[in-house]
Amino acid sequence: RKLEPLLPSEFSTDEGLTEIESVTSYNNFYEFGTGKTDPMTHAHKMQVRPWTVSVEGLAARARTFDIEDLLRIAPLEERIYRLRCVEAWSMVIPWVGFPLSALLKEVEPLGSAKYVEFVTHYDPEIMNRRPIIDWPYTEGLRIDEAMHPLTILSVGLYGQVLPNQNGAPIRLVVPWKYGFKSAKSIVTIRLTENEPATAWNKAAPQEYGFYSNVNPEVRHPRWTQATERRIGELRRRPTLMFNGYGDQVAHLYQGMDLKTFY
Amino acid sequence: MSSSSLLAGLRSPAPALLVAIRIAVFTACLAPALLLANEWFAMRLGANPIEAVTHATGDWALRMLLITLAVTPLRRFTGLHWLIRLRRMLGLFAFFYASLHFAAYVWLDLYFDWGAIALDILERPFITVGFAAFVLMIPLAITSTQGAMRRMGGQRWQALHRSVYGIAILAVVHYWWLVKADIREPLIYALILAALLGVRAWWREQERRRQLAAIPGSPSFKGKVIRIVPK
Repeated sequence: RKLEPLLPSEFSTDEGLTEIESVTSYNNFYEFGTGKTDPMTHAHKMQVRPWTVSVEGLAARARTFDIEDLLRIAPLEERIYRLRCVEAWSMVIPWVGFPLSALLKEVEPLGSAKYVEFVTHYDPEIMNRRPIIDWPYTEGLRIDEAMHPLTILSVGLYGQVLPNQNGAPIRLVVPWKYGFKSAKSIVTIRLTENEPATAWNKAAPQEYGFYSNVNPEVRHPRWTQATERRIGELRRRPTLMFNGYGDQVAHLYQGMDLKTFY
Repeated sequence: MSSSSLLAGLRSPAPALLVAIRIAVFTACLAPALLLANEWFAMRLGANPIEAVTHATGDWALRMLLITLAVTPLRRFTGLHWLIRLRRMLGLFAFFYASLHFAAYVWLDLYFDWGAIALDILERPFITVGFAAFVLMIPLAITSTQGAMRRMGGQRWQALHRSVYGIAILAVVHYWWLVKADIREPLIYALILAALLGVRAWWREQERRRQLAAIPGSPSFKGKVIRIVPK
């Protein structure tokens, strides 16, 4: 189904797009299997309508939103972003979505809300039951990261509604962080005072920190983060600090040692 | 052919049959490489073909290594002693796939970025053990000829080639440490390796007990020791 009209965005890159076949066939969505093509094969079992997202926690007007209402929260934009996976591959994807800040403003966060937790859909009937990670998958952002204009909720890509394997019907996209921070198929968004636990940090804390900003200088224990392979290219290219979004986001981390807060 | 003569033919195959078996095994061992090359050139390896080649060649190196280690147990359990004559070829195929795996990493993946490669080997334990396994295979491949075996002498040659047990352990550890969370596949390889090494340990223990039970120096004992593992 086509999504339109779409506003262009000043945040879009003009780099060459990764082919849609690659974007929709090479995915990490462990609920549907750990192989890269497993999500493409199995995600169709997930029912994405009806769908609601509960926005709860420290907010004056916390409430549950129907997916159809979420699509009308703000005008849909096309955001062409680089996506850098922690596994050292990358893509350029034309997302369709709207700023997460637009939704958060709707619920009027309280001053005590310092973090945002994301909980994703988990249905053991159709998804992985083995405890590879602690289901349901959870992620988190600091409130200023969540309110940042680059942070979007995506409902589509390539002008179409989001394919299930890419996190339908609604997912997070945080382009300056490793891909796993961008939680898929979100059902709960919770405003909290304390830093929420995140799925990969719980599974392997020495490898995946809460921040997980793309950072070529902070080595992953098991592979280099200095370079990456853009899907569709044969040679590696250097990885950019904050995935190339440093001008927009570096100020969020002023005074922080990013080797400690990795 | 009756079933008993078929069995007899299998127990000590005619030279022509053995040649046919060797050709068949050679072809079967080479097939994964040919199929992979075909998929590569037909661009059927998905969104990340370099990763696919690296993983496939690594998988086959490990499989060939375990198949090589299965020859001796298989031979003892079935009594098909000629299986030993396939072992060198199987071992060399393990080295062949390990070389392809290493080449895929050095050439396709990192494109001869020696700085990054050195850092990987020094600082990333899963690459350290994988690299060690590959390097340790080189002397085994070099000394795999009849001539080398003669020059070294059976004892020394055998001592050197026992390092294959350590290499196999390193290879499984390499795979285990590589996966992010789902250890099912490396676990299967680890269990097979444990069985292959375990049966050898068990034989060794049996042999030790047998030798302890025998009267030292008795003529019936002498010359009958089957050396499975060093004393």
